[in-house]
Amino acid sequence: MEALIAEDIKCQHCGDTCPDTHIHQDTDKFFCCEGCKTVYEILSQNGMCSYYDLDKNPGISLKGKSFGTRYAFLNNQEIAKPLLDYASENLCKITLHIPAIHCSSCIWLLENLYKLREGITMSRVNFMKKELALGFDPTIISLQQLVELLATLGYAPQISLEEYSHKAQRKANNGIFLKIGIVGFCTGNVMLLSFPEYFGLDYVMEGELKHYFTWLNVLLTLPVIFYGASGYFISAYKSLKEKVINLDVPISIGVSALFIRSAYETFTATGPGYWDSLCGLVFFLLIGKWLQHKTYENLSFERNYKSYFPLAAAVVKDGKEESMPVSQLQPGDKILIRNQELIPADSLLLSGQAWIDYSFVTGESQPVEKKAGEYIYAGGRQIGTQIELTVQKPVSQSYLTQLWNNETFAKEKITPVTKLASNFSKYFTYITISIALLAATFWYFTDQSVIWNAFTAVLIVACPCALTLSMPFTMENTMRIFGKNGVYVKNPGVIQHLATITHVVFDKTGTLTHDNKASITFIGNPLTAEEKQLIKAVASQSTHPLSRKINRYLGKTPSVPVRNYYETTGAGIEGIVQDTYVRIGSGNYVGIEETPDTVKATSRVYVSINYAYKGYFELQNQYRTGFADVLNKLKSRLKLSLLSGDHVVDLPVLLPVFEQRKNLHFEQSPADKLQYIQKLQTQGDHVLMIGDGLNDAGALKQSDVGMVLTEDVHAFFPACDVLVDARNFNRLDNFIRFSRTSVNIVKASFLLSLVYNFIGVGLAAAGQLSPVFAALFMPLSSMSVVAFAVGMSSLFAQWRKL
Amino acid sequence: MSVILVLVTLSMLVAGSFLGAFIWAMKSGQYEDTFSPSVRMLFEEKTEEDTAPKKGLKK
Repeated sequence: MEALIAEDIKCQHCGDTCPDTHIHQDTDKFFCCEGCKTVYEILSQNGMCSYYDLDKNPGISLKGKSFGTRYAFLNNQEIAKPLLDYASENLCKITLHIPAIHCSSCIWLLENLYKLREGITMSRVNFMKKELALGFDPTIISLQQLVELLATLGYAPQISLEEYSHKAQRKANNGIFLKIGIVGFCTGNVMLLSFPEYFGLDYVMEGELKHYFTWLNVLLTLPVIFYGASGYFISAYKSLKEKVINLDVPISIGVSALFIRSAYETFTATGPGYWDSLCGLVFFLLIGKWLQHKTYENLSFERNYKSYFPLAAAVVKDGKEESMPVSQLQPGDKILIRNQELIPADSLLLSGQAWIDYSFVTGESQPVEKKAGEYIYAGGRQIGTQIELTVQKPVSQSYLTQLWNNETFAKEKITPVTKLASNFSKYFTYITISIALLAATFWYFTDQSVIWNAFTAVLIVACPCALTLSMPFTMENTMRIFGKNGVYVKNPGVIQHLATITHVVFDKTGTLTHDNKASITFIGNPLTAEEKQLIKAVASQSTHPLSRKINRYLGKTPSVPVRNYYETTGAGIEGIVQDTYVRIGSGNYVGIEETPDTVKATSRVYVSINYAYKGYFELQNQYRTGFADVLNKLKSRLKLSLLSGDHVVDLPVLLPVFEQRKNLHFEQSPADKLQYIQKLQTQGDHVLMIGDGLNDAGALKQSDVGMVLTEDVHAFFPACDVLVDARNFNRLDNFIRFSRTSVNIVKASFLLSLVYNFIGVGLAAAGQLSPVFAALFMPLSSMSVVAFAVGMSSLFAQWRKL
Repeated sequence: MSVILVLVTLSMLVAGSFLGAFIWAMKSGQYEDTFSPSVRMLFEEKTEEDTAPKKGLKK
C-alpha cells in the first residue's frame, strides 16, 4: 500500500518509508528514526560513507530496538568465556552469528570496524554463514562494548543458549568434498591410463610400457580404496556386527571382489585388472552419498527453545543487580525483566505491569495481562515496563522447556524406507552370493579354468551401484524442485516420508490463519474522514498490538498532535485531538455495555468521540487465502484434523472443511498435541503435522513429517523436517502428490537397474565379462539410471507446474 | 617409447601438484564462503582527502 504513494520519502539509511515526522539532516538526507540517523552520523564522522555507495539503503532499521543493559551479562566472565574462541591478556577472538548481514555494504562496514573504535584488531565476515570473526584487545574494548557497537549499527549478534552449548560442534563437514576430489583425480587418471585398453591398442604398447601403466593404476587406486571407499567398509562392518545387512554390504563385497580380482590379475600378469571400473564405481557412489546428505546449510532445522532463550538474566541479589547464566537460575531467585525481554523460567510476578506476549509460544498475538502474584510461564515476552519475578522452576523444568525432556526428542525418526532398503539389501546380498556360488559350481563341472573368473565377475557386476545412486539423485532433484517453490526439506529422506502420509494435522493460529494480519471491520455509523483522523492520531500513540492494527487499518492521513494522552493498561487509551476528546478501548472503558461474545472469535475495540459512542472495530482472524480449497483437495485422499491451543472459535468456518466436530481439537497444550499425534500413529496413520510455534514443537517432532509454515525462512521456527514459505501454502496438495511421484520414480529406476544387473550377472556367470566391457557397462548403466531418475522427476515437476 | 614413460611421470607430477593445491584450498577453508571474497576485492582503500564527508551522496 505504501509503495503506491509516489512522494514517499525513503530513509537514507534503511530505505524504509519515512513517517510524516521524518528527521532531517543537512539538506537532502532523511531518516525514519533517530537510530538510523545515529548510524549515519557515526559513519560520516569516520569518513565511512562509502557504506551507502555500495548498495542502496543498505542499513538495518533500528526502529523499536533499544538494548539498554541487555548486553550487560557479557561483563560476567563466567558467561563470556565460553563464547570466546581464544582469549589471552591482550587479544581475544570471537565468532558471532549476525543474522542481519545481507549485502556487500554489510561486509564492507563490518570489515572496517577497526576504523570506528580502537582495540579491534581483526574483523572478517563469512557471508554464507552470516558470521563475523572478530579479534579485539580486551584492555581497550570490552566484549560488551564491542557487541553494543555492533547493535548500534544494526548488526546485533545472536547470542543465545544454543550458541553457548553447541559452540564446539559448528564444524563444516568438508570430508566428503575432499574425498570426491581425491577419488575424482585418481579415477580420471586411471581411466586415461586405461585408454589403450579401451581402444584395443595393445599392439602399440610394448610389454614394459603396459606393465608401467598397470602399476600406475594400482598406485592410483590405493587412495580410492583405502580412503575413498573406507566409509562403505566401516558401515558394512558395523552393520554386520549388529547382524543386519545394509546396502553397504553388497557394495563392500563388490568393491572388495573388484580389488582382489584386479590385484590378482596384476600380480600374476594375467590381465590388466578392473582398476578403472573400481575407481569409477567408488567415484559415483561418493557423488550419490554427497547428494544424499545434502541439506540447506543456511537454514537450521534443529532449533529448539535454546536458540531462542537468552543467555543470561538480571538477578537481584542483596539489592544489587547482576547477570547470571539462565541455566543457573534457581527457584527463589528474583529476576528483572525489561521491555521486550523474554521470561526464561516459570515464575511468579512480584511487581510491575506485566503484559506478556506469548506469540512465540502459542502463536497467539494478543498480549496477556498478568497481575502481581500470578504465575507466568517461560517463553513469554514482556511488553512495557520493567517487572520483577521470582523464579519457581529451573529453566530445564519449566512448562515449555520440559517438552524437550520428552523421550520423543531423544530419538531419531526411523525411516520406514530405510527399513525397506535394508530388507531389500538383505535379499539382494543373499541372491547375489548364491548366484555367484551357483555359477562357480556350474563351472566346476564344466570348465574349471573359469570358476574364479565367473565367481568374482558376478560379485563385481552385481554391486548395486545404479541402485544406490537412483535414490539420492531422484530425491536430490525433488528437493531442488521443492526449494525452487519455497519448500525447504531438511534432507532427501523426508520426501520419502511425505509420500506415505495418510493423515494431516493442522495447527490453527499462524498456520491456517495469518500471523499478523487480521481483518478489521468497523461496526456502527460509518466513520467520516475527520473521525478516522482523530482515532488514528490517538491510536498511533500506543504500542499495543490492537492499536497498531487499527492504526495500520486506518491508512495514511496527515498526522495531528495529541494532547493529554493517557493509557490505562488493559483498558484503553484516551487523548485530546483538535479540542476533541477521543476514547478507544474496551466496552467498559468507553462506557458501553459489552454484548457478550459467544464464540470469542473476535476482539472488539470500542470508540467514543466527545463522550458519544461511535461503534466498535471488530478484529477477526484472517484465514489464509484459498485454505478451504487446499484442504478440500487434501481431503479426497487424506484424513484431516485440527489441533489448536485456542478456545473454541470459528466453528462456522472450520466445520465445513473438517466435516466432523471430532476432528477439531481446541485448548490443546503442547503435550496434548504430542499425545494426539502418538494416538494417531498407534492407529497406523502416518502423520504430517503442520504448525508454526514452539507449542507445536512436540507434535512436529513426534509426527512422521513435521512441517512449519513461515513468512520468513530465516526467522525463528521450531525444529522441523520441512519448512514452507507461507505464500506457497495453497499448493500443499501439489507438493504431497509430487513427493509420491518421486518415490514411484525411484521404484521405476530400481527396476531398471535390476534389469541391468540381470544382464550383467548373466554375462558374468557365463564367464564373458571382459574388463573393457565392465568398464563401459558399469558406469553407463549407472549413468542411464541416474539420467532416467533426474529426467523423469524434472519432467513430472514441469507437468505438475512446480 | 621410453619418452612416454618420462612424459606420463611428469604429467602425473603436475596433476599431483594440482591435487595438492585442491587439498590445501579445501583445508584452508577457501570453499567455506564463496560470496564475500568476490565483493571484498572490489572495496577501495580510500585516501585521506576522499574520506572527508561529501555533500550529496551518489544515488
